[in-house]
Amino acid sequence: MESPAVEILDLVKRYGGATAVDGLTFRAERGEVTAVLGPNGAGKTSTVEICEGFRKADGGVVRVLGLPPDAPELRARVGVMLQAGGVPPAARCGEWLRLVSRFYARPLDPEALLGRLGLTEHARTPYRRMSGGQQQRLSLAAAVVGRPELVFLDEPTAGLDPQARHACWDLVAELRAAGVSVVLTTHHMEEAERLADHVVIIDRGKVVAEGTPATLTGAERQLRFRARPGLGLEELLNALPSGSAAKESPSGHYIIEGQVGPELLATVTAWCAAEGVMADDLRIERRTLEDVFLELTGRELR
Amino acid sequence: MTAAATPLDLTPAPGAAPFPRMVAAQAGAEIRATLRNGEQLLLTLIIPILLLVGFSLAPLVDVGGGRRVDFLVPGVLALAVMSTAFTGQAIATGFERRYGVLKRLGATPLSRAGLMLAKTAAVVAVEALQAVVVVCVGLALGWRPHGSFLAVALLLLLGTAAFSGLGLLMAGTLRAEATLAGANLVYLVLLGAGGVIFPLTKFPAGARQVLEVLPISALTGGLRAVLVEGAAVPLMPLAVLAAWAVLSLGLVSRTFRWE
Repeated sequence: MESPAVEILDLVKRYGGATAVDGLTFRAERGEVTAVLGPNGAGKTSTVEICEGFRKADGGVVRVLGLPPDAPELRARVGVMLQAGGVPPAARCGEWLRLVSRFYARPLDPEALLGRLGLTEHARTPYRRMSGGQQQRLSLAAAVVGRPELVFLDEPTAGLDPQARHACWDLVAELRAAGVSVVLTTHHMEEAERLADHVVIIDRGKVVAEGTPATLTGAERQLRFRARPGLGLEELLNALPSGSAAKESPSGHYIIEGQVGPELLATVTAWCAAEGVMADDLRIERRTLEDVFLELTGRELR
Repeated sequence: MTAAATPLDLTPAPGAAPFPRMVAAQAGAEIRATLRNGEQLLLTLIIPILLLVGFSLAPLVDVGGGRRVDFLVPGVLALAVMSTAFTGQAIATGFERRYGVLKRLGATPLSRAGLMLAKTAAVVAVEALQAVVVVCVGLALGWRPHGSFLAVALLLLLGTAAFSGLGLLMAGTLRAEATLAGANLVYLVLLGAGGVIFPLTKFPAGARQVLEVLPISALTGGLRAVLVEGAAVPLMPLAVLAAWAVLSLGLVSRTFRWE
């Protein structure tokens, strides 16, 4: 059987006394887009850089395309986009991509790739004069120019404007369609929801949840509305079918969970009418990945 | 952003380019970067040529008998080697490390050995250009070389190895800013105290013994022994340079940090 794109078992990474990755385990399947989500400092970059062969694990097993991450033959098969830097400031955009392309046997045409990512007019611009978004796109181009089987993208859309972000998403979707395995880290829940076949949420160096975006967000729907704060919900709960839940979070925002159907909707609106409450922004929706993420990783700032 | 989507065949087709092609591509990029860098050109070409022309034409230094240009060309050749192999390479590599370029290149099929080979090839190519310019200016100033070309080439080669080792030792261990400051300082000190322009005979005997084991002194001394006096193979300078090369490159292989 073909080995997975990435297989990580009980990975541990420490920096001095601090444990950045603490028994992490997950798989990224071939041909899929796997998104690794987590708050800052969760261990995303450490994990990816161990897979890329830049750092040594302190424990556990990592296999990339079935090989140890430092296997020399992986260098030609794996494309890498660092979170930042990696390009000499004086190097011109087009020259850098051409240079990187020359390290591979059957590279993409660098000019076509530049065009695709909207960088043609910046081909002669030195890296240091490019905007942050242009620099990101050049790094993305360099990660795919060698026609890899697997690409690691560390926060590929951080700092991109909406146009550039969509161009990046389109390229990732195309890579997937072409059979390339993609592992990306991100803070953007929308990015993970749109692109990923498989989402791995990590926090404090451990996997706290994983699955498809749909399984993570659940099939359950919620009814939400805004109204004046501090409504008494007991009477509403009594009127709702058992198993339903109602809460106010944050103040003035009400969430009703349970068998969200016509009956529940009618009960809620009848209760509103009886209470003389005007429900604003009444809507029925699924939980978002962001809800799941915040639930799992907490709301406090780090 | 252009909306027009150029079709790209993203189907995986991995594979490394042949080793010589990778090294040639990287060496070409390094040569371009050096020749485009104003400060590097100042250090590698403009200062050596100004020193050669200035001190050949004006009787500013007592070179101890003989013609000034005959004394100066070997010294300036040694300076050219030091400026490229040591100062230029140390600064460039230090900043490549700092900007994550070495790390990023490590994720390509170009191996570390390939990268080092490319760097060496680029240094040698720039030195060849420097040598051509120095020799042409020297000849125009009336320089008459003696000795064997082979001995000169051997000295330059070992000098390059020794200075590359020292430059990479700094670049691979110090912060980029410290390398920048240190490499320039060492350049100045060795320019003054390594027999490039001021003969070592002008220093007190005690100091001379120390100065003579510096790589720059070995290179200037060796080149003068061949080019001025016509010596066949100056063993002592070659031995000093070889010792520096072995020592520094050995330390580099143990201490160099890529990130």
